[in-house]
Amino acid sequence: MLSHPDITPEMHQRIDEIIASHKDTPGAVIPVLRMCQDAVGYLPVELIDYISRGLNLPRSDVYGVATFYSLFSLTPRGRHTVRVCLGTACYVKGVKEAMDRIGRTYGIGSGETTDDRRFSLEAVRCLGACGLAPVMMVDQNTYGGIKPDQALEILEKYE
Amino acid sequence: MNQHRIDLMLCGGTGCHASGAGEFKEALGAELERQNLDREIRVIETGCNGFCAVGPVMLVQPEGIFYQKLTSGDVEELVEEHFLKGRPVQRLLYKEPASKETIPIMSDIPFFANQMFRAMRNKGQIDPESIDEYIARDGYFGMARAVNELTPEEIIEEVKTSGLRGRGGAGFPAGVKWGFAAKAQGDIKYVLCNADEGDPGAFMDRSILEADPHAVLEGMIIAARAIGASKGYIYCRTEYPLAVERLSLAIENARNYGLLGEDILGSGFDFDIDIYQGAGAFVCGEETALMRSIEGKRGMPRPRPPFPANKGLWDRPTVLNNVETLANVGQIILNGGQWYASVGTESSKGTKVFAMSGDVNNIGLVEVPMGITLRKMIFEIGGGIPKKRKFKAVQLGGPSGGCVPEKYLDTPVDYEEIAKVGAIMGSGGVIVMDEKTCMVDMARFFMDFIQDESCGKCTPCREGTRRILEILDKIAAGHGTPGDIEILEDLCDVIKTSSLCGLGQTAPNPVLSTLRYFREEYDAHVYEKRCPAKRCAALLKFTVDTDKCKKCGMCYKVCPSGAITWQKKEVAAIDREKCVQCLACYDACRFDAIE
Ligand SMILES: Cc1cc2nc3c(=O)[nH]c(=O)nc-3n(C[C@H](O)[C@H](O)[C@H](O)COP(=O)(O)O)c2cc1C
Ligand code: SF4
Ligand code: SF4
Ligand code: FES
Ligand code: FES
Repeated sequence: MLSHPDITPEMHQRIDEIIASHKDTPGAVIPVLRMCQDAVGYLPVELIDYISRGLNLPRSDVYGVATFYSLFSLTPRGRHTVRVCLGTACYVKGVKEAMDRIGRTYGIGSGETTDDRRFSLEAVRCLGACGLAPVMMVDQNTYGGIKPDQALEILEKYE
Repeated sequence: MNQHRIDLMLCGGTGCHASGAGEFKEALGAELERQNLDREIRVIETGCNGFCAVGPVMLVQPEGIFYQKLTSGDVEELVEEHFLKGRPVQRLLYKEPASKETIPIMSDIPFFANQMFRAMRNKGQIDPESIDEYIARDGYFGMARAVNELTPEEIIEEVKTSGLRGRGGAGFPAGVKWGFAAKAQGDIKYVLCNADEGDPGAFMDRSILEADPHAVLEGMIIAARAIGASKGYIYCRTEYPLAVERLSLAIENARNYGLLGEDILGSGFDFDIDIYQGAGAFVCGEETALMRSIEGKRGMPRPRPPFPANKGLWDRPTVLNNVETLANVGQIILNGGQWYASVGTESSKGTKVFAMSGDVNNIGLVEVPMGITLRKMIFEIGGGIPKKRKFKAVQLGGPSGGCVPEKYLDTPVDYEEIAKVGAIMGSGGVIVMDEKTCMVDMARFFMDFIQDESCGKCTPCREGTRRILEILDKIAAGHGTPGDIEILEDLCDVIKTSSLCGLGQTAPNPVLSTLRYFREEYDAHVYEKRCPAKRCAALLKFTVDTDKCKKCGMCYKVCPSGAITWQKKEVAAIDREKCVQCLACYDACRFDAIE
């Protein structure tokens, strides 16, 4: 059993299903971590331990994988994920200024979450929308041509 | 297939989505339904059309009329005027910026007219979610030929004849690679598709996957037949959910049609494909790291030999090819290697897809015949540099690549010729930079990327890139000291020669190539504490040159912090107490008056 304040009984059941269906697949640890993170929102250390027991893998292996890939987050995330593109095209078009303003306004840097868990800020490299550079994504919505002022205006809409 | 009077090929690529294609589609669908036209007119959401700069875009078939910058407010007029009365809506057609001429037909627009579509031949032409439409355009015919008519040796010969080289960066001949894996012994063999697309400023592979997923599957099946593989994986970047969705559907449909799975087309040949999603690590684009990642490990490269053709995934013989490489294969087998090789230069055959962005008018995705000059690509297809600014350099090949200055713009697109001027063909990222780009800042940008993405296994790559970044930071901050540039050069040399994988070996390139062509800019930073392009905030004065100021007030309008005072017919002034050093005024001033 796994008890953690952020993991509800429904999530727990889902986690058990994910582990059960991948138990015997070699190399399944990355998909399992991905699905568990989708279910819970992030990967608490206790969950990583639980997964390593479930998949019968050394804890250090699973932990090593979870920390290597930037997709995985070991700390709780905000209600909204703000991804600012720091790819080449966006950089050339001055995205840094927008990133700086967002960071300063909400008091967070890349990879951090606001205290009220409203936003998590992430710097990503190319969202594949270079034609609209500079680009930012809030949750699943992509915004192009963002100037610092506009970026802040857009974020205001996400509570 | 149901016959429709008109097909509306609406771009559903990421770029157009972000410019409002979703709302437009909804409004269009509702209007067609309201007018009872939804049986004769069909809306198809395609992959990226390429001309993202003027999105959302839509192609009206069979006429070939191209609409740009659509909004939901245009729907009524479009339906009424064009689709009912047959009169294209002039104001929504493309206008050539120079001549102001309106060009209704897509293939007449210079952006498209100078391109040649092979890897992207179905782009925006078919519904990527329909296998029937892919087949209707000769899809899977090459594969059928490969499994039923040709021997594996003949397939490999054909690909060798075509001269097709890997499009993922290194340019290794695909046929030769397949030949190695075909000879290797193994109970199981694998074919992998590299859809990790890590270059931060490139989206060619994404667009191919979203626009024409079956072309990639077809290429993989042919490769599998050639080397005797039974299992394939597509390693796809996690940031590409739509590509994953379309690939999954394509795989399912291909299986249902007997084109994938057991006994393909009754030939007795078995091959199946699964998708494997990456988890956000640039180094996993490197072949050995990619294979480790599929094995569920940390994606760190290992030394070669043994080469993957002999010992790859799970130590079995494996072929890994890039998305674009594979997308060419079906047509090569169908039309013959000679056909493919009829275009291009001596050593570089066929076409290459580039993602062109930065300071260029027609930002988007282009496919050009090998041998075309960089100048033609940037100035004719790309439409030149906006805001009447001057061209400074073009960066090719992303973080492993280099920049090409004005004097080498007549270099043809060719693996060897581009390498001669200090850049690489790379996977296809083309970033155009105007005179307002600081080359020290650009080098710093790429180093920051590499530094972040180094897997950390080798010391030169991990520590060396960190040292380079520190020195570049120092130079940009105005603390450069004599000797710094020489230290940079030494570090570059060490990292290049002693790193294990391509990431480290090519990491110094952006620094080396900017040093090669723009050394005086480094010198200006170090010795004169001056940033000629005015991008490095620490070296700027944030004052208005009263002689140069033309009193236009542009800076005043853009300043977000109210730091600029200005009145009509008065020169502007900056209050440095209030200034947040955002550089907006530098960008806005057309007279170079802010120092
Ligand atoms: C650090 C690094 C990152 C790479 N990233 C990619 C990538 O994102 N996509 C790709 O196709 N190839 C990438 N490659 C090249 C691959 O290692 C490999 O050469 C290629 O996928 C082989 O396919 P091709 O011969 O069809 O080009 C990368 C190489 C290195 C060293
Ligand atoms: S060169 Fe860099 S990325 Fe490549 S293996 Fe070494 S440390 Fe890792
Ligand atoms: S740098 Fe930015 S804040 Fe400073 S004066 Fe110019 S526009 Fe205003
Ligand atoms: S570089 Fe930002 S979207 Fe491509
Ligand atoms: S996303 Fe529509 S043209 Fe590129």
